[in-house]
Amino acid sequence: MEWLDYAGTEEQQMMRDVARELARERLAPAAEEYDRSEEFPWTIVKEIAAADLFRVFIDEEFDGMAGGMSIHNMALVTEELSWGCGGIALSFAATALGTLPIIISGNDGQKKKYLPRIAGGTIAAFALTEANAGSDAAGIRTTAKKDGDGYIINGTKQWISNGGEAEIYTVFAMTDPSKGARGASCFILEKGMEGFGFGKKEDKLGIRGSTTRELVFQDVRVSEENRLGREGTGFMTAMKTFDMSRPGVAAQACGIAKRAVDEAVSYAITREQFGKPVAANQGLQFLMADMAMKTEAARALVFATAKYIDTHEKRSTKFSAMSKCFASDVAMQVTVDAVQVLGGYGYMKEYPVEKLMRDAKITQIYEGTNQIQRDEIGRALVKEASREAR
Amino acid sequence: MRIIVLAKQVPETTEVTVDPETGTLRREGVPAIVNPFDTYAIEEGVRIKERLGGEVTVVSMGPPQAEAVLREAISVGADKGVLVTDRAFAGSDTWATSCVLAAACRTLGFDIIIAGKQAIDGDTAQVGPGVAMHLGIPQVTYVRRIDQIDGEHAVVERLLEDGYEVVETPIPALFTVVKEVNEPRLPSLRGKMAARKAEIRRLTADDIGVDSKRVGLEGSPTRVMKVFSPPKRSGGEKWEGLEPSEAAQKLVCTLRDSQVI
Ligand SMILES: Cc1cc2nc3c(=O)[nH]c(=O)nc-3n(C[C@H](O)[C@H](O)[C@H](O)COP(=O)(O)OP(=O)(O)OC[C@H]3O[C@@H](n4cnc5c(N)ncnc54)[C@H](O)[C@@H]3O)c2cc1C
Ligand SMILES: Cc1cc2nc3c(=O)[nH]c(=O)nc-3n(C[C@H](O)[C@H](O)[C@H](O)COP(=O)(O)OP(=O)(O)OC[C@H]3O[C@@H](n4cnc5c(N)ncnc54)[C@H](O)[C@@H]3O)c2cc1C
Repeated sequence: MEWLDYAGTEEQQMMRDVARELARERLAPAAEEYDRSEEFPWTIVKEIAAADLFRVFIDEEFDGMAGGMSIHNMALVTEELSWGCGGIALSFAATALGTLPIIISGNDGQKKKYLPRIAGGTIAAFALTEANAGSDAAGIRTTAKKDGDGYIINGTKQWISNGGEAEIYTVFAMTDPSKGARGASCFILEKGMEGFGFGKKEDKLGIRGSTTRELVFQDVRVSEENRLGREGTGFMTAMKTFDMSRPGVAAQACGIAKRAVDEAVSYAITREQFGKPVAANQGLQFLMADMAMKTEAARALVFATAKYIDTHEKRSTKFSAMSKCFASDVAMQVTVDAVQVLGGYGYMKEYPVEKLMRDAKITQIYEGTNQIQRDEIGRALVKEASREAR
Repeated sequence: MRIIVLAKQVPETTEVTVDPETGTLRREGVPAIVNPFDTYAIEEGVRIKERLGGEVTVVSMGPPQAEAVLREAISVGADKGVLVTDRAFAGSDTWATSCVLAAACRTLGFDIIIAGKQAIDGDTAQVGPGVAMHLGIPQVTYVRRIDQIDGEHAVVERLLEDGYEVVETPIPALFTVVKEVNEPRLPSLRGKMAARKAEIRRLTADDIGVDSKRVGLEGSPTRVMKVFSPPKRSGGEKWEGLEPSEAAQKLVCTLRDSQVI
């Protein structure tokens, strides 16, 4: 199927091609196996790294790509990989998510220390959510207590993508619990630090090619150099991270939706009922037309937002929330419809579309549920209008 | 280690048609790719370089568009591409092709040469061995694994129909590889960028010092009489339930009747 092309520069065309070939040749053929075993896809992650794809969201001076940190690049690669497998692709996208706090709030020394490693394929993770703090992220209870020239971290994080597999973690903890959201700070932790352990690995509905684990901190000592930005700026770092990462979730949703359309249409032209291909029925053609149209509309919003982020200093909260919310809703509808196009076969694990439906669901939940996205969009609209009225 | 990989551009389809007039392959309009066996040769060269250091130079003989093969090789880790190209080479058979490639290798200098087992169009599997003969160096064909290699010698496994043999050879040497030898990597982003920028060196008959009368159609000792698809092998006959002595007698009679013995 031909899709609108958002690879602008020659470099972007190359990264799209590299990611597309990996998705076709490696991710797609392995997707079913990892969906069943729920193992971490190390062999494929190493190939993603060897293909230099972890460089696309990192500045050239830190061993990344010419043209600098780009959300557009990150979204292009995420979309292609997600076409192959939304779960395996998350090893890449969650690394970008875990890296953004360093890019946004890190000082030069911290960037020099961590970004080249990530560019070369060391994977990262982002740890905000806790059992009692999901949508209400300001309610986190993990603490970082000042101790001499460092901090002692205690607490438990829940549902961390790449948890246990990643080497580098950006972790949010309260340095001053009395201040609420203004009392949070962000720290860089590394696997292997004393007192930093891992809890249970989750058994999930979808994106089973991704690992989701608990992180446990028991008196983990970190130095001040591990703190990103000033004390109390952690929450701001998290919010700015989401502005940049949500188009990534949206791109993941677009990749899954594209795959659903591709699978549905190619099935519909071969399956015959009443003596003709089911695709010859206008009723089914209209359904497929809507699927393709919604997917293209979502992609247009996502890439327009990505370009906005790359070219504006201003925060993109409203557009980022729109693209994540819209694209994930589209992915959910389109994958449910793809199962419908395949009929009973679509419901069977032997065919790839039921997995797409299970994988699509997470995009409406993580990095802020779609209720939270609509909340953010609404608040931004009201704020802008009130400012203009003044 | 100076590693040369020989790679040929071939038509994508295995269903190439033959010009009934000239008996040569019709290549027009068919998309061109790197000969699949040569992708394993390139990967093996790059792996040896990654282990031992050195440089991988990929050499192809062909028309100007064969440059695409060399850029593709660079995108998966080769360092340089050299296109051996000259009007005088047109119509070369395997002898002439080997002669040209050998001269190019001699000009460039090497420690080892790696070729594919065979090309999917010509399919002769003669060019690798031919190059080794022209250069007067040892050759090991059908290599499925390189166990050990250093500046002095190599120990390799050679695939046979019913197993494999372990061969030790001094270096310089030429190897032809089968697809069991490795799993080729996919192109990387930096590789693609390097491939786009790379200068592809071109060598002509003069540059490599071959007499243009000894290559091309004129220099090719082979004359194609006819190109045709061989008849399908028929099923053969099976005799069952005979005593060994009866069977032996029947076999001898049959062979005698068909004038085999
Ligand atoms: C597979 C997976 C991977 C994840 N990976 C990570 C990760 O790498 N790092 C990380 O930090 N977190 C991660 N998360 C956590 C994820 O971001 C949270 O699950 C998400 O933010 C929602 O929080 P919750 O699940 O606690 O839902 P809750 O906050 O308990 O929400 C429950 C329901 O209430 C609704 N709701 C809540 N508040 C409001 C409101 N104000 N208005 C309207 N409706 C509301 C929600 O939309 C939802 O429908 C992951 C989660 C999953 C499932
Ligand atoms: C009897 C005969 C007559 C022919 N006559 C003509 C003719 O008149 N006109 C014509 O155009 N062709 C002709 N050919 C085809 C041409 O000679 C062969 O395609 C060429 O010599 C390579 O042989 P092959 O394809 O069998 O390669 P193989 O010997 O099967 O290839 C083995 C390996 O050698 C290397 N190799 C082979 N060719 C090249 C190359 N060009 N560059 C770099 N590496 C290479 C590769 O590593 C390859 O994997 C003829 C072939 C035969 C057998």
